[in-house]
Amino acid sequence: MDPILFLIFASIAVVCGINVVVQTHPITSALSLIGVMASLAMLYLLLGAQFIAAAQVVVYAGAIMVLFVFVIMLLNAGRERKTRGSFLPRLIGPPLLIALLGSVAFVILRVVPHDAVVKFGTYTGGTVENLGRAIFTTYLWPFEITSILVLIAIVGAVALAYKELD
Amino acid sequence: MQQAVPLSWYLALSAVLFTLGVAGFLFRRNIITMFMSIELMLNAVNLTFVAFSYRLRQVDGQVFTFFVMVVAAAEAAVGLAIILIVFKNRETLQVDDLSAMKD
Repeated sequence: MDPILFLIFASIAVVCGINVVVQTHPITSALSLIGVMASLAMLYLLLGAQFIAAAQVVVYAGAIMVLFVFVIMLLNAGRERKTRGSFLPRLIGPPLLIALLGSVAFVILRVVPHDAVVKFGTYTGGTVENLGRAIFTTYLWPFEITSILVLIAIVGAVALAYKELD
Repeated sequence: MQQAVPLSWYLALSAVLFTLGVAGFLFRRNIITMFMSIELMLNAVNLTFVAFSYRLRQVDGQVFTFFVMVVAAAEAAVGLAIILIVFKNRETLQVDDLSAMKD
């Protein structure tokens, strides 16, 4: 059952990911990206990360993508205009991308031991209790500094939007 | 029938998604689509963190995923505000038309 579930959600993620890249209309890309994030949430569940799966749906697919869709609709972003890029990047770009993917896959196959398998239900350490314990003891200072970062982001976004009113 | 999935499959999926994000960032010319490609790359890295968290039986990788999500939310808020300002000033979303710093 595990390989079937993995293959279903992995293929949904890859198809939606390709769709994000090849579609020329931004709203289609945004909806495909929501598909990628939802299927990744299911893969997190298979890996035993329950809280992260819930946060993926709520924060990523909920909050961040709603922000994207709002901006696309507010700016009335239409179909992307085709521009003529220079010749050389168009020629060597795709081979370099394939080289990047190949080198990453090579490192993965070399580093990860072959007996490492994922079986659903054998690790349930991603509960809210375990994660909260780690965040508020070991990672307390990074957590507090991140809260300051979010505060700065809020003030920055409001300041940018306020300038627009003048 | 084998009931378990190799860990390398998860990492390979993450590599494919990351490469798709890089391709989108390089080949798209719409500034919003490029921004969404960055989010796709962040998601691929998150999958790697969670997979290694499973492998090592430690929750630390999931904590890092949590931090990446928070930073991505802050980045999206500020970045989209900047895109709004750019569109108000220049009336375009094409990155080819936004080359004022090059000239």
